Amino acid sequence: MNWRAVQAIYTFEMARAYRTLAQSIVSPVLSTSLYFVVFGAAIGSRITAVEGVSYGAFIVPGLIMLSLLTQSMANASFGIYFPRFTGTIFEILSAPISTTEIVIGYVGAAASKSIILGVIILATAGLFVPLHIAHPFWMLFFLVLTAITFSLFGFILGVWADGFEKLQIVPLLVITPLTFLGGSFYSISMLPPFWQTVTLANPVVYLVSGFRWSFYEIADVDVSISLAMIGLILGACLVTVWWIFKTGYRLKS
Amino acid sequence: MAPVISVSNLSKTYASGFRALKNVNLDIARGEILALLGPNGAGKTTFINIVCGIVKASEGTVLVSGHDNVTNFRAARKEIGLVPQELTTDAFETVWATVSFSRGLFGKPPNPQFIEKVLKDLSLWDKKDARIRTLSGGMKRRVLIAKALAHEPQILFLDEPTAGVDVELRKAMWDTVRRLRASGVTIILTTHYIDEAEEMADRIGVVNHGELILVEEKRELMRKLGKKQLVLQLHDTLDALPPALASHKLELAQAGTELIYTYDTQGERTGITALLKDLGEAGIRFKDLHTTQSSLEEIFVNLVKRPT
Repeated sequence: MNWRAVQAIYTFEMARAYRTLAQSIVSPVLSTSLYFVVFGAAIGSRITAVEGVSYGAFIVPGLIMLSLLTQSMANASFGIYFPRFTGTIFEILSAPISTTEIVIGYVGAAASKSIILGVIILATAGLFVPLHIAHPFWMLFFLVLTAITFSLFGFILGVWADGFEKLQIVPLLVITPLTFLGGSFYSISMLPPFWQTVTLANPVVYLVSGFRWSFYEIADVDVSISLAMIGLILGACLVTVWWIFKTGYRLKS
Repeated sequence: MAPVISVSNLSKTYASGFRALKNVNLDIARGEILALLGPNGAGKTTFINIVCGIVKASEGTVLVSGHDNVTNFRAARKEIGLVPQELTTDAFETVWATVSFSRGLFGKPPNPQFIEKVLKDLSLWDKKDARIRTLSGGMKRRVLIAKALAHEPQILFLDEPTAGVDVELRKAMWDTVRRLRASGVTIILTTHYIDEAEEMADRIGVVNHGELILVEEKRELMRKLGKKQLVLQLHDTLDALPPALASHKLELAQAGTELIYTYDTQGERTGITALLKDLGEAGIRFKDLHTTQSSLEEIFVNLVKRPT
């Protein structure tokens, strides 16, 4: 393993986040705080507790998941897309590094940023609502695994995109709606039976449900199914990344 | 000595069907400067990109110090530094950060003293903390060279390194190339400035339509393909060549004040003695004479004009 190369990519990407601190950390924290103010304090006070958990506290895992998914994708996709856009990717492709090392560097940095962000949002949430984490280990496990999975997804997106518009399309038009409709702000048991069934086709439901279970031991689907779903998405992403490097798709002509 | 780069039967056909390289075979000796000449789109950059691992070959193999650049890519690529044709640099990084990044990418431990030396050699030291987007085009070109040298490569590819840079910087770059060559680094460069190849290279390769038309020692190439001309400045203006001199295929130039005789340096006889004798017999006097040799540029133009 060329760990120095992994470290170089990782450090480079983390430095980029530091340079764009307002965009990387402050902006997501601010928008999450606004969600707490609007949904938690203003509207939440009129909504009764969900399965014994106050509405403000109930939405915390969903809000963290929302930021985790969008930021993991944004960080990883931009991280690999920008060198492709500027042409500096030549250096990565001509360096003595394997595909695994490239992925560890970019995805590792993107996932790290998202995890740090997730922890900051969790701490911010603690200022608004009383927090209870029933299973800290599983909470971290879900946090890390989701960050890695969706950073891989973002990496794929960054390789696939051939313009800034495409880079934005999937997070804005697919992931954000799926997250909003994936039980971030409600339990799917609140939906009519037909929509409960439809919602189960949304993979984000399983992520939010499992993550929420680690906080409050309440879940829309069994936690083992949530874990299996993350594993499935992770596996699909790994296979796609393997295929990208094997074929050189959009990287090597 | 075993070649530092050995290319066998290398071909590249892009997805569009365009054949960028056709069965290229080339051995490059350690420590030499090889200049690849060829018109735009000839396949020079494709060749470099395949050797460096950026483009996949359709057929053929590339050995770098005996290591296959696909199956043993780590060992092969470690030796190579590449300065690309385009000014592809980061925008928001500092010079120091981007050069250090390159060193790390090639698996080398940090060595601030070495980076400092590279930056000083390229007159970039006072810009080390500047963000790259604030630099001029010439400075960015230097940054690319610094990045390529950051991991102490034994082979350096320079893909048109002096395109669009001013005379002073060009000279500074060639000084750097000479220093590197003196330290044993093998250099492969492409250039549109044929005078540079003529001045710098040990060997010249000419690429046209994806084929390596020839690779030759520069001196040998110029000797083989170079034509020499004897220019005689006449004492009295001539209106036409006397019939007695027709066999010499002379050219009357400069409104009848110059006679030009073209001869082959490779020929057994140059015919100069006979020409001078015939000129004397014809009563043609001359006040001065000099010889000229074809430049590499003329040789190159003649080569790529040939039907392939």
